[in-house]
Amino acid sequence: MTATDRASEPAQAARDDEMVSEAPRGSHAVLDGLVVAKRNLLKIRRVPDVLVGTLISPIMFIILFRYVFGGAIGAQIPGGVSYAEYLIPGIFAQTVIFGATVTGSGLAEDMQKGIIDRFRSLPMSRMAVLVGRTTSDLLTNVLVTIIMTATGLLVGWRITSSIPQAAAGFALLLLFAYAFSWVMAYVGLLLRAPESFNQISFIVIFPLTFIANTFVPPETFPAALRTVAEWNPISTMVASTRNLFGNTGTLPAPTGSLPIEHPTLYTLAWIGIALAIFVPLATRQFSRATSR
Amino acid sequence: MVDAVRARGVVKRYGDVEALAGVDLTVPTGTVLALLGPNGAGKTTMVKVLTTLITPDEGEVHVAGVDVRADPAEVRRRIGVSGQYAAVDEYLTGFENLDMVGRLYHLGKKRSRERARELLETFRLTDAADRPSKTYSGGMRRRLDLAGAIVASPPVLFLDEPTTGLDPRSRLDMWELLRGLVQGGTTLLLTTQYLEEADLLADDIVVIDHGRAIAQGTADQLKSQVGGDRVEVEVAREDQVCAATAVLARTGAEVSDDGGGRLTVPVTGGTAQMVEILRALDDAGVALLDVGLRRPTLDDVFLTLTGASS
Repeated sequence: MTATDRASEPAQAARDDEMVSEAPRGSHAVLDGLVVAKRNLLKIRRVPDVLVGTLISPIMFIILFRYVFGGAIGAQIPGGVSYAEYLIPGIFAQTVIFGATVTGSGLAEDMQKGIIDRFRSLPMSRMAVLVGRTTSDLLTNVLVTIIMTATGLLVGWRITSSIPQAAAGFALLLLFAYAFSWVMAYVGLLLRAPESFNQISFIVIFPLTFIANTFVPPETFPAALRTVAEWNPISTMVASTRNLFGNTGTLPAPTGSLPIEHPTLYTLAWIGIALAIFVPLATRQFSRATSR
Repeated sequence: MVDAVRARGVVKRYGDVEALAGVDLTVPTGTVLALLGPNGAGKTTMVKVLTTLITPDEGEVHVAGVDVRADPAEVRRRIGVSGQYAAVDEYLTGFENLDMVGRLYHLGKKRSRERARELLETFRLTDAADRPSKTYSGGMRRRLDLAGAIVASPPVLFLDEPTTGLDPRSRLDMWELLRGLVQGGTTLLLTTQYLEEADLLADDIVVIDHGRAIAQGTADQLKSQVGGDRVEVEVAREDQVCAATAVLARTGAEVSDDGGGRLTVPVTGGTAQMVEILRALDDAGVALLDVGLRRPTLDDVFLTLTGASS
């Protein structure tokens, strides 16, 4: 009829196409999320120094802790466990948690650029940017875990359990980090400035990963800190992965409090709660916030 | 004909500040509307409301026939947007940027790639297609951004200051591209601080200031609001200013004098009347340095209107 009608034809065609060729709208969160994840991974490829830093720092941590503290602490790990065996699952935990904070700083960085307005004006799923971000950060964490595993094996760490158990250990570690990514996504969207996000996350996460059983047995902590360490989900996650990797020596299963007696269940409950709260919270925050 | 954009009484408050204080706006399908206004007038806020990026506190907004508040997702399918800052990912290449946008419009893998290639060709970016857009010049980045906005050939396009920060050559390029899109039937709403741009591209202009639409019309209508043509002469010798004023006063209109030998008088007879005045001045022996028939520019409109409202 008019020129206008012709111009709108392609858009109409695109809509029809979508109806035919694509699954229902719910799956857009995943499909669109993968498109965004690909974008994040391409960015890592273009600026590889960031990834190099991410990969080298856990290697550095493993070597420093293993050889600087190893001699002094080694003898005091109960159950005939070597410090390398004790330490590596703890370093795993700390590293993937720091890896998950990238979700927050990455989103905060996006918020400062025009690209987020482009995303928000596209007919894509409201969750896609978050799904994409958490997915690409999960993949980075997988890579980091592989590097750490190799380094750990080189410095004397061994998996003494079965393959399915070890696989479950790695799965729990990465799942925990993934859930933590969503918490960080919310915080990053809330703060909007990568600088302040990095400052704050550092201040919170350092004590969180240290007041736990990550690097030393918490038995020597003052009573208050020991209680925190006991209920800290990072402790139970580490305890659980130590069990699954077979790094607990001859020690009987510990007793005393609920998280200590059921570390895996307690950790899974935290993961479930974190996802249930922060997936919708972060999504809502994303829909609200505009850049600048 | 259905209006492509129809906004009534749009209000957006940030705390106590009313960024938009009841704006009405209509863009008939297939036309171009320019939102003109100084910095902080509310232009960007209005575009963000129209493109679903922010929800208005009050008012009714329909874009491409869809209620923005009721079904923002459907609106997003029908519009293209380019913000004030080039919304491209600087680490991605030109091709990757457009391919990604195509995928997110759900064009499918094959179509997204084809469309990306097509647009890079149209926007003369083929040579730079596989370079990260970080390495692009300002003009190239803007073109890539515009390409991103039209990936899905949206019937309605919103551009927030599409040529801000561009050099004259890139600006001309951009205007040419925009004219092409409009000829193809796209409805365009753009914001600008450049009156020349509004004059050149827009069918209709809305002047916005302090969150209110303070004037609306075609460029000619707005110009006539601040008065018609004027003859302006610059007298060479100071002692002849009086004589010259007397000649100009014969038109019956009020003569204004800037005190530096420059005299202005409103006229209705265009060039013919200017020639008449020149003859009379010549007969009176007045020597002139400069003479001209001055039409009001949109700058006059802009300054008069926004000056009056502040």
